[in-house]
Amino acid sequence: MLAHLRRAGIVAVAVVALVGLWELYHWIWATAGWTWPFAVNDTSMPHVWTIFKAFGQPAQVNQPSLINVLLHKTAFTAKEAAVGFGVGAVIGFVLAVVLVHSRLLQRGFLPYIVASQTVPILAIAPMVVVWVNPKLPVAIQGWGAVAVIATYLTFFPVTINTLRGLQATDHRALELMRTYAASRWSVLWKLRVPSSLPYLFSALRLSATASVVGAIIGELPTGLQNGLGGAIFNFNEYYSIEPQELWATDVIAAFLGIAFFVLVVLAEKAIVRRAPENVA
Amino acid sequence: MSVVEIKGVTKTFAQGNVTALESIELELQPGEFVSLIGPSGCGKSTLLRVIGDLTPPTHGTVTVNGKPAHRARKDGDYGIVFQDSVLFDWRTVAKNIALPLEMLGWDRERRKTRVDEMLDLVELRSFADHHPWQLSGGMQQRVSIARALSFEPALLLMDEPFGALDEMTRERLNLELLSIWEKLGSTVVFVTHSISEAVFLSTRVVVMSPRPGRIAGVVEIDLPTPRTAETRYTPRFFELVTKVRELLRSRGEHLLPEEEELLEADR
Repeated sequence: MLAHLRRAGIVAVAVVALVGLWELYHWIWATAGWTWPFAVNDTSMPHVWTIFKAFGQPAQVNQPSLINVLLHKTAFTAKEAAVGFGVGAVIGFVLAVVLVHSRLLQRGFLPYIVASQTVPILAIAPMVVVWVNPKLPVAIQGWGAVAVIATYLTFFPVTINTLRGLQATDHRALELMRTYAASRWSVLWKLRVPSSLPYLFSALRLSATASVVGAIIGELPTGLQNGLGGAIFNFNEYYSIEPQELWATDVIAAFLGIAFFVLVVLAEKAIVRRAPENVA
Repeated sequence: MSVVEIKGVTKTFAQGNVTALESIELELQPGEFVSLIGPSGCGKSTLLRVIGDLTPPTHGTVTVNGKPAHRARKDGDYGIVFQDSVLFDWRTVAKNIALPLEMLGWDRERRKTRVDEMLDLVELRSFADHHPWQLSGGMQQRVSIARALSFEPALLLMDEPFGALDEMTRERLNLELLSIWEKLGSTVVFVTHSISEAVFLSTRVVVMSPRPGRIAGVVEIDLPTPRTAETRYTPRFFELVTKVRELLRSRGEHLLPEEEELLEADR
């Protein structure tokens, strides 16, 4: 209980310090009139309170408050990211399991899997929209394509890390399984997979935030207006007039990423049982 | 029928051209407790691995329960205990003991009954739901023994199981192992580099010498049973320890007449 309070305290202090730094920087640069690296004014760096006030006001006339609109958009993007994350994690895991059992496939495929991630997601997103979107069931067209883009970002860390975890299985434990004449299947599920879970989860942490980024970026070429990506694109247009709305959206997007990350950490705590010194 | 029959087993490792074992002949009768002892590099662990079909011999044959070693491994004819307990961190003590039973397809009810029996046997009942890292090294090794014995194998292979433990724990576990062995009547092959441990536990001690790994001699241990902590103070215990020590020192070159005989009989 005390430890929880202390942690909450540390988080609160960190938030206050961050806000203080932002405002201090703003004040110093604005007063001194420094222009390096950029000129500070209420457009380039709106005040923290301006940003938070923006949540309560409607972004457009006769619309609900910004926070209301953003929460709906967040739910939409969260759906894309969650589906992308789930599908990506499964594909990543299955790929790792296949690759660990075949050195030949590993040699043949791994370079291409690595290469796939060197192409910027922004360059691939339009093609996914053009190629994949029409093939999807009508009900998920649009956001389904965005989920595919999130999948693309998610699977990679899962494959690489899980493969590493599956290969790092204790050779003595493998020998023990040999004395039981265990099948490949038993060795996989009773030994390799459980012992690689810490690796899997460290990949899922990376993927959790990547899937949110993937979903937001994926919304841009699809022209979807229902999600955070669409909102960011829109508010970007009006930045010079109302910068606080883009900032407010960024804050919400960051929270979505953090929420995904925290969910993975909580799942890990619930599932992975390891000696304290072996937990990352 | 003998439980283990080793005939003319030679093992050479291609790397470095090492002869780990040369012309090993050994036979184990049911219920025997046989220790393999010798300096490092004498091939005692290799011999154990050959019996367990974890390392194939270069020449010769190994028969376990009247079957080739490979078949015996597939049939689950032996349980094994390594120097490290090799427990699975993500499983509780009870689940670790149940691991081989799951592999054999036992149902939940039957597994639970047996696991409880094994927990009683190694006196860890109250630790059933603990995880391995919450136990001391000695307790972990007891779990490992319970796991190896859970499916009642005819043969128990132990590769320096107490080598990583302190002297006090080791002696206590020696006593425990003996009482388990007396209860279950299984045949044990026990690799160790401790002379007193070998003499205290065994019905026979096989002394090995290195380069190439050979059997330097076999010492019958005629200490009365059941053995207790006091056994270690008896004159006969010291005599036998001395005998094994001399065999180790002589490396099979200067044997007592009766040891010559034993050696001859084995060849």
